[in-house]
Amino acid sequence: MFEVVGATLPVIAAATYYFGVTAFLVIAAAVVGAAGTEWLFARDRGWSTLRDGSGLLTGVLLALTLPPGVPLWMAFLGGVVAIFLGKVIWGGLGKNAFNPALVGRAFLQAAFPITLTTWVAPLGGTWHVAPSTLAPPLMKPSVDVISAASPLGLSKFQHQSTDLWSLLVGNTAGSLGETAGLVLIVVGLWLTIRRVFDWRLPLATLLTVALFSGVLHWLSPSSHPHPLFMLCSGGLLFAAVFMVTDPVTTPLAPRGAWVFGIGVGVLVVLIRSWGGLPEGVMYAILLMNAVTPLIDRKFMPRRFGGKS
Amino acid sequence: MTGVAFMLGGRTFRHGVHPAEHKEATRSRPIERMPFVDEYWLPLAQHIGAPSKASVSPGQKVQRGEVIAEAGGFVSTFLHAPVTGTVKAIELRPHPSGKQLQTIVIATDAFASQKITTLERPAQDADAATKAAFIQRGGLVGMGGAAFPTHVKLQVPKGKTVSFVVLNGCECEPYLTCDHRVMVEQAEQVMRGLDLILELTLAKRGAVGVELNKPDAIEALRQAIGTRPVEVVGLTVKYPQGAEKMLIDALSSREVPSGGLPLDLEIVVQNVGTAAVLAGLFDHGIPLIERAVTVTGPGIRRPANVMVPIGTPVRQVIEHCGGLLPSAGLVVLGGPMMGMAQKSLDVPVTKGTSGILVLDQSTKTVSEEPCIRCGRCLEACPMFLNPSRLAQLARAELHDELAALHVMDCFECASCSFSCPSHIPLVQLIRVGKALVRQKGSSQ
Repeated sequence: MFEVVGATLPVIAAATYYFGVTAFLVIAAAVVGAAGTEWLFARDRGWSTLRDGSGLLTGVLLALTLPPGVPLWMAFLGGVVAIFLGKVIWGGLGKNAFNPALVGRAFLQAAFPITLTTWVAPLGGTWHVAPSTLAPPLMKPSVDVISAASPLGLSKFQHQSTDLWSLLVGNTAGSLGETAGLVLIVVGLWLTIRRVFDWRLPLATLLTVALFSGVLHWLSPSSHPHPLFMLCSGGLLFAAVFMVTDPVTTPLAPRGAWVFGIGVGVLVVLIRSWGGLPEGVMYAILLMNAVTPLIDRKFMPRRFGGKS
Repeated sequence: MTGVAFMLGGRTFRHGVHPAEHKEATRSRPIERMPFVDEYWLPLAQHIGAPSKASVSPGQKVQRGEVIAEAGGFVSTFLHAPVTGTVKAIELRPHPSGKQLQTIVIATDAFASQKITTLERPAQDADAATKAAFIQRGGLVGMGGAAFPTHVKLQVPKGKTVSFVVLNGCECEPYLTCDHRVMVEQAEQVMRGLDLILELTLAKRGAVGVELNKPDAIEALRQAIGTRPVEVVGLTVKYPQGAEKMLIDALSSREVPSGGLPLDLEIVVQNVGTAAVLAGLFDHGIPLIERAVTVTGPGIRRPANVMVPIGTPVRQVIEHCGGLLPSAGLVVLGGPMMGMAQKSLDVPVTKGTSGILVLDQSTKTVSEEPCIRCGRCLEACPMFLNPSRLAQLARAELHDELAALHVMDCFECASCSFSCPSHIPLVQLIRVGKALVRQKGSSQ
């Protein structure tokens, strides 16, 4: 678990570089919310559930999916909900059906839709702290951020493309952890080599998005963006490395992993292309989480010496 | 699962794990002979099947090699005095399995010549049944660890044929090197044993499967082949390759049907050590009264491969190897993956004892964490089962579900426990689950 936490460090560094110290504050708030809730409900087990690092990881991952301008109290609340609704009520580590960080984010998006879709342009300065960051709880945050549309928003609503280089370098608007594509690719390769996660999950997801959106683009280049844009924009790379690979909420067996990844890929393209939202990665994963027990049932390895 | 190096090279089966091999300490040490000790303990149950029936009584003098117990059924075998001496008692004694079992205790005659009383051999042209009965009379069992009576496997039932004989020289358990040494030092006998098995089963071809970490054994066996229709196949180092179903898969890419036997694929598998003893039995009439044992591990002073008379107390074998180091911890009979931890050293070496492994106190005990569904046990299980699920079901005592998920296919290789990052005692729980299913089946 701590190896994955370690793998988020380069992503946190990139977030801090682009969005200033405000990124750091948001992460801290979400971690305090997540780890605090973990501690509160696991007191009878001492600190043991904190020591495995999973609560910490949930907090960090949640924060990295949030817009840079999110008020700290919202990040904190998201952390609380992620652990409580996403993990504690299921019975703790290993028992939850849905990715806890995404549960937290889904809650925030439902409760505060505007804040969660208000992006700011990067490179506001290292010591820049957006005024909305420090907004007091439940007060309307002053909307004085210089808002900017994310590449997917630009593509969907203004039919404006963003060049691949910006997407890879991270010089675009977006959630804290999702903009720097190159950093995510390197981290993902590292975790694959270290065998920390099942490589089939991210590979199946990304291949499916590439293929599906590739076909759409080939059929109608004007209404469907290039597959490389689809791969590198939004939260897809981040999710492929850190969300799709969560062992707890994804299928056990290798064939199941392929099915899960393909399902996520198809849903991402469907939501992005025909849904009301510009981005669909979160819902795609949560939906596939929901059918994971079914996939497990259907795609277990055939037993040795049994009929195929 | 620590890299790809072990996946290169020879043929192998699917799934499995690669524990650290730890064979350096003993793999190049020739088998040495254990001197006789004062007393031998011979449990009547040293094999799979019905226990043997004692044919001697306390006070009786016995010669080395003489029958002291007869087979208690077809799936059972004979037992012989490993030493010339006097039967001291027939009583309950600790057994490596942890139970107290009927044991013949023989006190050694210190002045006897210890010449082996050999068995009368059948004629060259005797029929298969006579020869099988002779093997049973020789007390032969599979020496890889399972100790299944050899004559049962070599007596092909009516209507069945055998086309292929496999000798198992994998020795995939970490630490153990006794089969390795037997192959290097007794390659001719191993091949001679294979001849006998081919002859008995009327099989056309044979193969010896040896993992590639024993190049000298592969070389020695290839030298000994001569004109035989036999192949020595180097196999990728992976555990549990020595399980017969895995070995058959590795050699022929065929799967023994669930619940079935290698015979269903017209294959018979025997351990290389068994083959060597079989040669001694047919050529010289020597029954199974001793076996090669690897005495090793970080807690032993002088690791060695030792030819030990069956029934020698483990404590004496350890003393022969310089005794325990102060740091010695758990003592295991067999290998670390499938061996049995002992609570006392006052148990005998039996026909199935391939190793005496002394771990040290630094061997970590770990605490169990929740299952995070990583699926590593699935990718380890050579029978393609779902160990994490089976363990959950065993905890909940759901025997119907356990049976439906084929828990009885598990042969307890422990690859799942080995691969679990949360240190869940998977194979131990599955063992409980198998017992539940058996209990349920017998009560119906």
